[in-house]
This record gives sequence, C-alpha cells and structure tokens, in this order.
Amino acid sequence: MENLQTIREQALAALNAVQDEAALEQWKVAQMGRNAALTQAMKSLGQLSAEERPLAGKQANEVKLALEAAFEEKRAALEGARLRASLSSEKLDVTLPGRPLPLGRLHPITQTLRRINAIFAQMGFQVYRSRDVETDEYNFLLLNFPPNHPAREMQDSFYVEGGDPENPTLLRTHTSAGQIHAMREYAAKDPGNPPPIRIVLPGMCYRFEQVSSRSEVQFTQVEGLAVGENITFGDLKGTLTDFAQRFFNANVRTRFRASHFPFTEPSAEMDVECFVCGGAGCSVCKHSGWLEILGSGMVHPNVLRNGGYDPEKYSGFAFGMGPERLTMLRYRIEDIRYFWRNDMRFLEQF
Amino acid sequence: MKTPLSWLKDFVDLEGINLEELAHTLTVAGLEVEEIHYIGLPMPAGLQQTKVSGLSWDPDKLVVAEIREVGPHPNADRLVLCRLFDGQQEHTVLTGAPNLFEYRGQGELKPPLKVAYAKEGAEIYDGHQEGMHKTVLKRTKIRGVDSYSMVCSEKELGISEEHEGILFLPAETVAGTPLADVLGDAVLTIAITPNIARDANIYGVAREIAALTGRALKPMPTEVQAAGPKIDGAVKLDIKDSELNPRFVLGLIRNVEIKPSPAWVQQRLRLAGMRPINNIVDATNYAMLELGEPLHAFDYDVLVQRAGGKPPTIITRPAKPGETLTTLDDVERKLDDFTVLVCDTAGSLSIGGIMGGLESEVTEATRNVLLEGASWNFINVRKTLVAQRMSSEAAYRFSRGVHPAMAPRGVSRGLELMRQWAGGVVDAGLVDEYPRPAAVVQVHISPADAKRWLGVTLTNEQMTGILASLGFEVTAEGDGLSVTVPDHRLDIETGVVGKADLMEEIARIYGYDNIPATRIGDPLPPQHGNPELELEERVKDALARMGIQEVMTYRLTTPEEEARRLPPGTPPDDKPYVKLANVISQERTVLRKSLLASVLEIAERNARLRQRIALFEIGPVFHASEETLPDELSRLVVVLGGQQQPAGWHAADSAAYDFYAAKGVLAELLAGLGLHDLSYEPGTHPSFHPGKCARVLAGERQLAVFGELHPQVQGQYDLGAHTLQAITLNLEVLGELAPERFDSRPVPQYPPVIEDLALVVDESLPAGQVEAMIAQTGGNLLAGVSLFDVFRGDKIGAGKKSLAYQLTYQHPERTLTDDEVAKLRERIVRRVTQELGAQLRA
Ligand SMILES: [Zn+2]
Repeated sequence: MENLQTIREQALAALNAVQDEAALEQWKVAQMGRNAALTQAMKSLGQLSAEERPLAGKQANEVKLALEAAFEEKRAALEGARLRASLSSEKLDVTLPGRPLPLGRLHPITQTLRRINAIFAQMGFQVYRSRDVETDEYNFLLLNFPPNHPAREMQDSFYVEGGDPENPTLLRTHTSAGQIHAMREYAAKDPGNPPPIRIVLPGMCYRFEQVSSRSEVQFTQVEGLAVGENITFGDLKGTLTDFAQRFFNANVRTRFRASHFPFTEPSAEMDVECFVCGGAGCSVCKHSGWLEILGSGMVHPNVLRNGGYDPEKYSGFAFGMGPERLTMLRYRIEDIRYFWRNDMRFLEQF
Repeated sequence: MKTPLSWLKDFVDLEGINLEELAHTLTVAGLEVEEIHYIGLPMPAGLQQTKVSGLSWDPDKLVVAEIREVGPHPNADRLVLCRLFDGQQEHTVLTGAPNLFEYRGQGELKPPLKVAYAKEGAEIYDGHQEGMHKTVLKRTKIRGVDSYSMVCSEKELGISEEHEGILFLPAETVAGTPLADVLGDAVLTIAITPNIARDANIYGVAREIAALTGRALKPMPTEVQAAGPKIDGAVKLDIKDSELNPRFVLGLIRNVEIKPSPAWVQQRLRLAGMRPINNIVDATNYAMLELGEPLHAFDYDVLVQRAGGKPPTIITRPAKPGETLTTLDDVERKLDDFTVLVCDTAGSLSIGGIMGGLESEVTEATRNVLLEGASWNFINVRKTLVAQRMSSEAAYRFSRGVHPAMAPRGVSRGLELMRQWAGGVVDAGLVDEYPRPAAVVQVHISPADAKRWLGVTLTNEQMTGILASLGFEVTAEGDGLSVTVPDHRLDIETGVVGKADLMEEIARIYGYDNIPATRIGDPLPPQHGNPELELEERVKDALARMGIQEVMTYRLTTPEEEARRLPPGTPPDDKPYVKLANVISQERTVLRKSLLASVLEIAERNARLRQRIALFEIGPVFHASEETLPDELSRLVVVLGGQQQPAGWHAADSAAYDFYAAKGVLAELLAGLGLHDLSYEPGTHPSFHPGKCARVLAGERQLAVFGELHPQVQGQYDLGAHTLQAITLNLEVLGELAPERFDSRPVPQYPPVIEDLALVVDESLPAGQVEAMIAQTGGNLLAGVSLFDVFRGDKIGAGKKSLAYQLTYQHPERTLTDDEVAKLRERIVRRVTQELGAQLRA
C-alpha cells in the first residue's frame, strides 16, 4: 500500500502551502472529500482479500486520522493568526479619559458627622437633635453661665429681635444647649430615678465673629453626654481615646490637658498625636507633635441639677468637637469658608 | 498674662528645671502657656510643645566684657574706639554709643565698664532697622578700621526696644561669662481662664509651679518697714454700699521723691507688658503684677487741699443721676447708677477698681502718697466695663474677682516698694474698712469622692498633700477631710459644687495623665435610635445615588437675597422673618425662610463651572411664631439643570434635565421610601413656571412641589444657559407618610406575555388618566404598564397624540393562554375607547 503513503505525503505537502481559511476549506474538500484520493483508496479496500484487508484498513484509517489532525492543527493556527491580526488592529488609546459618571456625593461635613455618629453609636451613644434658636436660659444660664460671668465673653452670640430682655432669644453658640433639653426629657420618664443617658448632639451653631479662613459665623458641632451613677473622669478619658483611635488610627495617642468650661468640672482638652507626622513635628501640628481635637469634662453639679439629675447621686461627662476642624485636619483643608461656599471643585473631591 | 521667668524665681526655686517642660507642666495643669519668648536663654531644638519666639545668645559669642579705655576715632567725631577685654584677650571695638562719649580720653578706666559684647558670627537684633529683625554680626571695615565685634544695646539683645546707647552691666559681673548666664530670661505668656483668675499674678503662677513640681513656695512679700507715726486720723473712710465695695484699705507714705524706678524694675515691668512711668506709679503696677491686687495712688496733699486743709474723707458710693467724671484717659464719662465712685467730700476721684480721675493723680510734684487697695463686686465691675467700654489692667483683675483679703497685702507691698524706690517714710498701720467680710468656705471630701468623680483611689494623705501645696488648710474629719479654702481665691463653693471644685484641683495637680483611662461600666440606656435622622440619611443616600451632590449652606441670609427666588412683584407672604438684633455682616441679617433660595445661590455659584447642575440640601427653614422661639421646619430642596450626563470627550448623552427628569428623581426617591398611592396634579407656586409645576399629594396632604423654575426667577440668577428644575419637599410630612416597612412581591415563576398597545387620544387628555384606566382594567393579571413613546404628527391628526404602552400580562401560578391575554386586551381597549375616546392605533 505504498499508495496510501504517497497520498499522505502529498496531502500534507498541500496543507503546508495553505495560507488562509478559504484555501484550507478547498484542501479539505480535495484531500478528504468524496472525490479525494484517500476516500477512493478507502472505497477500494473492499476489493482486497480477506487477509490483506485488516492491515490495509488500519493503515488507511491511520492516514485519515493523521490528515484530520493536521487539518485541525492548521485550522487552529490560521484562526489564531486571524485573531492576532484583528486584536492588533483594534488597539485603543488607553490614555483617553474614562467616560464621566453622574456621581452624587454627600457634603464632606455630612460624611464626617456620620463617621462621628457611627463610632459613638457603637459605644451606645444615640443621636439627639435640638433646635438652632434657643433662649439664653438653655444656652447659658442652665449650663452654669451666670449673667455677666466672665466665661460669657468667650462666646459672642447672635441675638434675635423681639425676645424677652430678661431671657433673650439667640442662635445657639454650642450644641451644649441641647444637654438640658435631653436631660430633662430623660429625667421626665422617671423623675425619682432618672435613667442613664448616652447621647451625641450634632448640630449647627453660630457665633458673632468676623468670617476668616479660620472662623465662620456658623459651624457644626457634635456634643456628647453620658450621665449615670458610676461615670468617672477615667471613663471620659477611655471613651474619648477609643473615639480618637477609631477616628484617626488605632495607635494614635491622646493627651488630656486641664481646661475650663463653665458647664464641666474638671474640664479637659484632648489632643491627639499628630497623624500627619506621627508626633515628630510638622507644619500641620505647628511642630508640637499634637493636635487639639476637643473639649470635655465632668458635667458640673449645677448642670446635672438643672437637668433633673441629683449631683449627689449622678455624675457624667460631656464633650464637644468641631466636625469642620476634624475634616480640615484629615484632608488638610486650609480655609474653613470652603464648607458653606459649596464650590463644586471642592465638593467633588470628597 | 506675661510672666518673666526671673520674677518667678523670686518665689520659687527653678534651678535645674527645663523651661519647655515647665511650660508643658503648666499647660497640662490648666495654665496654658501660649508662647515662650526667649531673651538669651537657650531655645529648644526640634519638637516645640509650646510656641517659641525671641533670641538665644550663643554662650561663646555673646559674653560679658570690660571696656578698659575709650579713645577717639581718628576719622570720625561721632565714633569712639574702645579697648575691650573679653575674658581672654583685648580687642579694639568701634561704636557710636552716645553713653560712652563721656569716657573718651580718660585713659585707663578704673573700674572698667562692664558691657555685653557680641563677637563675629553672633546672632543679634539689628539695632538700626525699625522693628525687631535678626541679623548675624559680620566682619567689615568702618571708616578704615577693621570691625568684627560690637558692644550691644538692649534692642540688639532683644531685651527692649531701647537703642539710644549700649547696655551697662553690674560691676560685679566677670568678663568672659556667657551673657545668658547673667541676663538671660524668658517670658511665658499664660492664658488665664476664668477659673484661675487667682493666678493672674506672678505669685499665683509661682504657687502653681511650686505645687506642680513639689518645690517650696517662698512667703508672700507683705512686710513693710513703717517708721512713721500711726496713720490714724490722717484719713477717714465711708463705704456707702458694702455689697458693691466690701472692703477698702488705705496706707500713707510721706516725703517720697518722684523719679524713674531702678533699671531692673523698669525691665521687669516692660517684660510683663507694662510701661514704666515713675517710681510711685511703677510701685503700684509692680505690686499688682506680683500679688494680683490692683492699687491706686492719690496725691495726699491734693486731697487735703480739697478737704479745706483738714484730713480727707474717702467715700465710695454709686454714681448719682447725670454724674460725670473725666478719667485718666482724658475721657469725660457719663456714669450709670451702678457705677461705683471713689470720692472725697469735694467730689468724685475715680471709678472704683477701674480707672482714676485726672485731678488727684500722682504728679512730679507729689510728696505724700495715699495708697488705695480695695475689693469690688466683680459682676458690677463687668457691667461698668461694658457700659463704659473701658479696659485697664486693674479692671481686668477686678472683673474676674480678687479676694478682699488681698487688699491690705497689696497696699503693704506697694508702700514698701515706694519706700525702697522713692525714699520717704511709711505711716504705721492701715485704714481698713471691711464691712462685708468674705465667707470662709469649708468643704468636706473623702476618698469616695475621688473614686466617684475621677475613678482613682486616693488616700486622705495624698489629697491633703495636694491641697496643702495650693494653700488649702486641711484637717481630718470623719472618714475624710475638712478643707478650708485659702483667702486668695473666690472660685471654690460649698456643698457638692465645692466637692467638684476640689476634685478639679486634685486632678490637676495629681496629673490627668495619672488617671487611668477606663470604659464606661454604667448600664447602657434604652436604645431607641433617631427615626427623623435615619429618614434624612435614607433620603440623602437615595439622592446621592441618583448623581445629585449634597450642599450645606448658610442659614443666615437677607430678605433681599431670598426675594430673588420669587418673580418681581410677588406679594409678600404672611410669615415673618426671624431677624438678628446684632448684625455682623449686611449679608447675614435674618434666618432663612426658604431653602430653595439657599440652593439656588449655590447653583448660581457653580453655573459657570459645570454643564451639569444637580444639587440638594436638607435643612431647616425658620418662621417667627407666636411662641418665644420660632418654628424650625425641616425641608428638602433639589435643583437640577443642564445635561443629565456629565460632559466628556466621547459622544455623550446630552439630554438636558427637564420637568420629567425632575419628576423621575422625585418618583424614584418616594418609591424607594415605600411611598405609593401618591397623586401628581398641576401646582401653583410663584417660584415655578405656571404650566410646568406639579404638586405631589398623599390624600389631601401636600408632600412636595416641583417643576421648572419661573423664567423671571431664572432671570434673577446668573445661571448661564441652564434652565433649572427644582423640587421642594416637606420632610415632616414625609416622616409621617413613609412606612416603616413594606411587603415585597414574589418573583413569578411562569413566563409573562408582553405586548405593545398604542392609543390615539385627545391632546388635552392627561396621560396619567389613560394609564390609570389601563392598570385598573387589567387588574391582577396586568403586572406592568409602561409608557414608552408619545407621538404627535400628521399621521394621527391635529389635536391628537399617540401614547404607546408596553403591557406585561402575568399570572402568578401558571402560564397565561393566548386566549386569556386576547380577552384581557380586548377589555382594556374597549374601556379606553368608550370612556376616554381613545382609538387603537394601527
Ligand atoms: Zn505633625
């Protein structure tokens, strides 16, 4: 059966010359179709003797399989070449900008408020909101700022026309004004045995101040208040340190400095180790290694009493922080006026 | 308060204490050191816990030197050449200092003059430049003479602004000694909060340092050498209102010589921020700075003269109606009925505790000085300061409270300083009226209080040690301590407030750092969340997801600014503004009534920057009310304009925001909150285009109004090419309507049948009616109706429109047959054709 061998060699040689898929199809018809030499050869197997037939049949089949495999290989090669050619012609300029999406974002102060609220919520502090317009009584008097007290100088207020001269109406200068509302509301539930309190009071506050890159006529504040029968200055330190480590980073150190607020005693300012330089000193922390973050203290006995909590039995701590300052430090924002100016070029960064 | 280090050293030993650490210790204990100003002492390198300023003197380059001879300069009359010894070698130093001219040509000076000598490379202040500018001393040639060093003025060293001549040092200083060891100083600027008013003086700060560092505090300097006769009979006192003036003390010194104070006194006053005047005035200021009791010096002879040659009587009383006084600052002041005056029988002399009058002041001619130290009601002093718009160092202290016990101490100190600096003889004793003695305050505390407030276990001994270091008298009482408050402070109250006051003192001195941080062990209060806030947050999240940017705007505005949201000539509404009584800027005079106006302002600001405007805000608006406090009403405003898709380089979808885009936003928002069964009907609102405005109702309640902004309103804002759509929504109504939960629908398991239905109807027929009728007729088996095309044109005729709907038929439990669908469709078509006059479009 030298014939079969010849058929095989001639077919493979022809396949070798094939350059494209059309030629490959023609080859298939010519070499493996009805009129192909191999097909004819296989048809003629019946004419062989019974002794010759099995061997010749086996050989013919081998040739057929070989040609099929060669065809498959060639087809894959041609297809691969075609894909490569088409891929190389479909090259995009990957440096062109992506298509912009209509994204909506929350204001950076909302984002900061949410972070603060969420961290305190996990410690059991719920959000209590109070009004922007207050009376002197709630903003000052009941918070242990007597009339003409020197501490009032620290907070210049916007007054509202037409209020009671004995108890003027004003725009709250701090969210602490909500403390008394909250305490009285809680205490009213069971005046003889008022329940413990753990709240944060976020809100807008106002100060009679010239606007500059550092100060605004309105600013947000988050006040916190915890009242119970066993709340200590140590708890204040622990709670606020936990907050700082959640808000800034897990390893940040805190420092408490004695300070003065009329509604707390003892009072403390909390500093955190500068998260920009890690405490080594940089321009953000004015080379001190520390950043002032919030004011705090044990609730003054007069304030507890004004809220309906007996200071002989109850104690508590309070704190207040400025989301604008926290946001400015976090993103190194240089000008506080950006927040209420709402330029898209600013807002779109957050 | 400016506190010179050298002055503190009079009362507490600071040997070996690092200044930066001292400042930090004070700061942590509540005496915040705002700045350390260095005058020669070495400044810290690297971390600066406290802000620093000033100049360090290089110990090698700035030293004590002696001038051995002053000779003329060969080429210049106004310069001299000094032969100077710096401890190691002699130099020839050239200077123009006028206070050396008198020594010119005297040959070898015996003793030599001790001066501050700066060598080449020393950093000093430039004496020839206005203001304080640092410079480094360089080698140069002046008039042919080599110059590489100099003798310094006070200004060049940073001690003062004085540059008239060079500084002479005490004769006992030794040439070669680093100048910083002789003259180096630093001034701590300490912020005095109201609770540490007692520390607004050098002795107070020294007391704190002693308590904080465990060092000894030297006794308060109140000794006076009084060699004169008894003061009795020289002056009488009459206090008319002891509540306003609880104590008044007078002392007398005779035969003083008015002249400048010693140089070191002037120096200390300057460092503490006061201007030296003369030895008598300086003594009153020095004693005030040192002990905290403001003093006032009268010319005794003027008072005697006003009393007709008899011993004067000093009277304190509230001012009479219409009374005036010309104060030292040369202002004639109209006084209020609460202003307390110091007077004599001839009239008023000064405003008590605040400022003296011109007539009885100490002058060059004064020989005998009557010295006042008093106690004033601090609230009344504050009222007076505000009413008179005045301030003074005395008033600063009196307005924060000075204990009456300080009055005689201050007067004694002042008299002694006058005696030392001005000569004279002090009359023995004081005239002291004290009609209303301050209460002695006692507080009981125990270790249980420290545990309850601070969370630390302290023994009675520990607490005693801390309190005694601050001057409290402490004795054992029961299981705790009886604490008597010292008579230099007014800030400690009795009872439970007193306990808190003492806990603050104990915590400060014990050290906040030493109190361990703990977690709250108290029971957790009931947790009920904040539903209003949670709803707001859902709304904010939904809008942000729709590509709308949140803004936060000023809640203070002006009626004029807000008027822009309405077309010109819109009649005013009946809701009055909440107006500010004190205005800081003409742009912020009232609380806003309209959130729409706030957001439109922001849209205007960004209109030129962006082709797409999509903004929202949630916040209150304020309406004055009959009640004391105004209504604060929670509102949402969305403003949309320009392209719905942001512009890019790629062929983009450039569809603009229109009424229906705004409606889509609102409908998605409300559907997402589980609100269905809302009706949309034409609305009227002055801010909106009358034909492109809708209101959203839930039953009878109006939830929102939205639409295209009225063209006249658009015209009042600079919006470029944008046409704005706006939504205003009442969040209080939303809060009442939004369900807490809703039922979900199962996902059908069987295939739906979807087909289109195009209907031709009259142009005037609202599409909503057609859709509602289709939905109603389709019933449960019609799972969806959605309008996908609205067509008008010749093919369907004038006054008509074609509405094409896609209908989704769906049975929950099986596949619908073609026959069922056909019947349903037929029912729908029959109804809309019969009842709405619709025609099926081929
Ligand atoms: Zn830093």
